Amino acid sequence: MVRDKLGKVLIMNRDPLFFIINLIPYLAEGLLVTLQVSVLSFCFGLGLAALLTLMRVFGSAPLRWISRTYVEAFRGTPTLVQLLLIYFGLPSVGVKFDPLTAAIIALSLNSAAYQAEILRSAIKAIPETQYLSAESLGMSTFQIYRHVILPQALRTAIPALVNEIVTLVKESSLASVIGVVELTRRGEYMVAYTFRALEVYIAVALVYLVVCLAMSQLSKVIEAKFRIPGYERGRI
Amino acid sequence: MKDVLLVKDLYVGYGDQEVIRGISLRITEGERVVIMGPSGSGKSTLLKSIVRLVEPWKGEVYINGVNVLSDEVDIRKIRQMVGFVFQSYNLFPHMTVLRNVMLPLEVVKGLPKDEALKKAIGVLRLVGMEEYKDRYPLQLSGGQQQRVAIARALVMDPILLLLDEPTSALDPELREEVLDVLRNIAGRGISMLIVTHELDFAEDVADRIVFMDNGFVIEEGPPQELLYKPKIDRTRRFLRTIARRLYAVNRYR
Repeated sequence: MVRDKLGKVLIMNRDPLFFIINLIPYLAEGLLVTLQVSVLSFCFGLGLAALLTLMRVFGSAPLRWISRTYVEAFRGTPTLVQLLLIYFGLPSVGVKFDPLTAAIIALSLNSAAYQAEILRSAIKAIPETQYLSAESLGMSTFQIYRHVILPQALRTAIPALVNEIVTLVKESSLASVIGVVELTRRGEYMVAYTFRALEVYIAVALVYLVVCLAMSQLSKVIEAKFRIPGYERGRI
Repeated sequence: MKDVLLVKDLYVGYGDQEVIRGISLRITEGERVVIMGPSGSGKSTLLKSIVRLVEPWKGEVYINGVNVLSDEVDIRKIRQMVGFVFQSYNLFPHMTVLRNVMLPLEVVKGLPKDEALKKAIGVLRLVGMEEYKDRYPLQLSGGQQQRVAIARALVMDPILLLLDEPTSALDPELREEVLDVLRNIAGRGISMLIVTHELDFAEDVADRIVFMDNGFVIEEGPPQELLYKPKIDRTRRFLRTIARRLYAVNRYR
């Protein structure tokens, strides 16, 4: 397959730039898997993070404890170990996933812990006076969060959430370890086929860089769109 | 006269710190009462505890005859009847001026949008902020923000307005624009409880002035008595301090 796409000409060509440029379309197919893993993990992670934050902010003592323990457990262990545990460890108790599913589950669970902390700190950053003035108008707790706290907290959280998805794009490279053929894994195949590790990994790194830069730009657009007028420091 | 607010032997504190030590207070319909007193005397705490933004320890509070501190009362219903204006305005920065004022009508009272809009425009006109309706709070001066905050409290048609040092965060020129709005509102016959150190304003507007210190009411009376002939030395000393700032110190000699 690789042979068909690149052909002998490319393999024999000693010009590194020519080699890298011609490699990129092949790597781009891996990029689709990388994006699939990272975007899905981000979305599932966000959903779970919302639940964890709900438990943390409104929950009874046991629910708060569960939420806190979850966050500590997933922040305090390496992502790679979590991935290996889910893919290689769980089958011994009868839970089996294909590599792609295992990668998405592991990264979702992991990212949920970080996103929950992002949401919690964004909510904590809203001053007490905002709650007081909303309460003084006769609003219920639900109304206060719905109309006053969350719209402000989510704005605060945008840069950190974009940072999280950038992190996920890069961390999804760990999925190559359990055999998901994403960007990094494709790079490894190419190295095995051409023995030109330097050029191949430079090309792989460039693809990651372009994607992450694009996401940072997107973040700036989103932040500008939701910036609170008059809040000049919001331009940083 | 009907009592709009009745406070009986109220005790309030934070943690083990007692701040209000047995205060009683009565405001009848249309009456305007000014509270004065040094920092830490419990003025803000008293205002907040009336609508349970701070939970009182013991005592009784009645608003329009309803026992505010009973377990059965829906405190949100009480808060809808009582407007609260904070020292630091506390508008919602992510909404336009108009949305700020419409929010309680739509969300709390459940009014349809067009009705809420009409009402909001009306009160914004009253405080002279109609032309700024599409601005955001952080684009306004402190005085303008406070006028919007007053509009937001008024739009709910409160039977009682609580104002917690509404001009203390403002410079002297901005103070006047806010005080003018408050004088105008006072002329409309709404019951008000105002914490302020503005002597002229208090004299113009108040039916009665209450002087607080250290969690107690030290002295109270009509402005002509309390401001010109305070009986208690602590009151005299405090007023002299304010007056000295106004270069009117001789008034209290």
